[in-house]
Amino acid sequence: MTTAAGTGNNLDPWYGHYAARTAGLAASEVRALFAVASRPEVVSLAGGMPYVSALPPELVEQAALRAAREHSAVALQYGAGQGLPRLREQILEVMSLEGIRASADDVVVTTGSQHALELLAKLFLDPGDVVLAEGPSYLTAITVFRSFQADVVHVTMDEEGIIPAVLVETIARLKTEGRRMKMLYLVPSFHNPMGVTLTWQRRMEVLEIARANGILVIEDNPYGLLYFDQPAPHAMRSVDADGIVYLGTFSKTLAPGLRVGWALAPHAIREKLILANEAAILSPSNFSQIVISEYLDTADWRGQVDTFRGVYRERRDAMLSALGEQLPQLSWTTPNGGFYVWLRLPDYLDSKAMLPRAVKELVAYTPGTAFYADGGGRSAIRLSYCYPQPDFIREGVRRLAAVINGEMSLLNEFSQTGPLGVVPDEHEDVLPPSVG
Amino acid sequence: MALSRIVVLAGGISHERDVSLRSGRRVADSLSAHGLAVELRDPDSGLLPWLRSERPDVVWPALHGASGEDGALRGLLEFIGIPFVGARAEAARLAWDKPTAKTIVARAGVATPRSITLPRDSFRELGADAVFATVAEELTGPLVVKPAQGGSAQGVTIVEQPEGLPRAIVDAYTYLETALVEQRISGTEIAVSIIDTGDGPVALPAVEIEPITGVYSFEERYNAGETNFYVPARLPEAVAARAADAALAAHRALGLRHVSRVDLIVDGAGTPWFLEANVMPGLTETSLLPQSLEAAGHDLGWVYARLAEAAVAEG
Repeated sequence: MTTAAGTGNNLDPWYGHYAARTAGLAASEVRALFAVASRPEVVSLAGGMPYVSALPPELVEQAALRAAREHSAVALQYGAGQGLPRLREQILEVMSLEGIRASADDVVVTTGSQHALELLAKLFLDPGDVVLAEGPSYLTAITVFRSFQADVVHVTMDEEGIIPAVLVETIARLKTEGRRMKMLYLVPSFHNPMGVTLTWQRRMEVLEIARANGILVIEDNPYGLLYFDQPAPHAMRSVDADGIVYLGTFSKTLAPGLRVGWALAPHAIREKLILANEAAILSPSNFSQIVISEYLDTADWRGQVDTFRGVYRERRDAMLSALGEQLPQLSWTTPNGGFYVWLRLPDYLDSKAMLPRAVKELVAYTPGTAFYADGGGRSAIRLSYCYPQPDFIREGVRRLAAVINGEMSLLNEFSQTGPLGVVPDEHEDVLPPSVG
Repeated sequence: MALSRIVVLAGGISHERDVSLRSGRRVADSLSAHGLAVELRDPDSGLLPWLRSERPDVVWPALHGASGEDGALRGLLEFIGIPFVGARAEAARLAWDKPTAKTIVARAGVATPRSITLPRDSFRELGADAVFATVAEELTGPLVVKPAQGGSAQGVTIVEQPEGLPRAIVDAYTYLETALVEQRISGTEIAVSIIDTGDGPVALPAVEIEPITGVYSFEERYNAGETNFYVPARLPEAVAARAADAALAAHRALGLRHVSRVDLIVDGAGTPWFLEANVMPGLTETSLLPQSLEAAGHDLGWVYARLAEAAVAEG
């Protein structure tokens, strides 16, 4: 590391070697702050971790024991790049709950559905291609698309999900600009981060728009079975087998530690997905797949999903009532399933700049900016109710309210000198003021 | 001296937890590689009872930010009589508060940029317009606004135009109720690390910091590749010696011990300007003190062990 004066050292001798697509992979202040959120004193409303403690350990233990004792020759071996046939059959049964009828031949098992996203990006995206996505959109999907040097263009959402008319306008504008649109990435049910659900009518409209414009739809559905009051509309894939790649996962209905998800794809795409899967990892984990197969065969997995629903419903209720009591002047979404509430702040508050103060007050959240590729989301935050106990959620919202009210009073003190360089954000979602 | 048990503290609940965890692991690894028995601990509610019953030889507090550097934890360690590396509580408190440190160091004859300390209450009492107008008239040219305490560049804004001042101050208040507004001196940004293993403080070769984007922000600090470092700094010998003297003067004036890092800017005339002193500088892979130590030909584990021994000897 010693350098002669005059020759600088940037501490990374390989800095000039990295591929251009890695430019966005950097440590950030927000990530550093999340390190504090792992401390028990901090109520973290930031992460989207499922509450796996609601899963009786003996259910997984028995499945794992059988995988080790009765299936070790397969469980401990390399497997097929497409995944084990038995699990793929069982996945059909899971998907049938959301109206999907398909063939096990078209299912490709992946290391979580996140990995399926990576494979799809690898298959389809060239630098400069456009991925259309809801605005806001799932944070790590944005990271994947950008790592293949695609441009993520957001389409505004409201309480009923992505707005078809805005989608049409956006596509028309991009066409005039000569842009190549490859995919439309959607989380239609219990959206991450907004918590809203795309209505059936809009699902049909969006499919028609995508079909008319030759855009592949990626339907990412990790939360669909975790509804509270009434099920989400059937999956979009239930009515279109050709224009959609559907992504599913066991991370939310069973456990994310097993790292098993899947893609259901049209035949030709499926073939390429298998090849890409093999190139990346040879095969998904046989051990995890067999544990899940055993679990699905022998445990009351539907009952367990009901248990999860009850747990998350109670937490959603705790969060909504706490918001109503603590922050009645603000607006937020009312999720009917999934893990998240999207809270809108006054335009002049910056959720990213506010995070350090929140962490100091021992509450953490994810700033809205994390869910936009274009700097939007500044005056919104995602609150996760999935992991903390209801009492902690109430305490977390109380702390958050103190921080937000403190910021508002600070900025009000300064507002007599004029606006603090706040420019309204054009890209944000459109929630009516009365949503909360 | 045989050290049988060293406890490295890292983590905590400050904004700099992540950096501290990385610093702590590096210190622990360096000490282990030197053949010493090291335990790494996150300070939590079990720490004090554990320290009182286990009584390790010495504590190496690789803690940045509040509690680690503000003197709080150090005060408690003094209270229970366990030796620790680095500044004693009283000195840490002085260095932690940037306006106080600037005053003390200026009295020792070291230049420090003109500044004003603005507690949030002063805006309430005197009116934001009047305060801003006064600051803008008195401190012309580019300014640096930062929380009056803290490190790792969090909450720091460089203000080029007066209209950016209110937002910068609000951002600083996000971290702390008091902001320091300082004239920005243009020149060479350097960090001088000071080590004292028992024979008196010695200034290590200065590290010059040249951020590729122009600003040494949080991202530039903790992503290798984003900043160019020059060790030793590209300064004429006489200017480098002046900077080293200024850093030593600051270290002594603040009453620091064992280890510190003094951040300075050297202007075009060769004058070093004191910005701040850190009582537990970063010790990560991209941190400045390890770079200086290695540039001076030191083995990190050897130096960290000598510091621990010095702490035990001083009690």
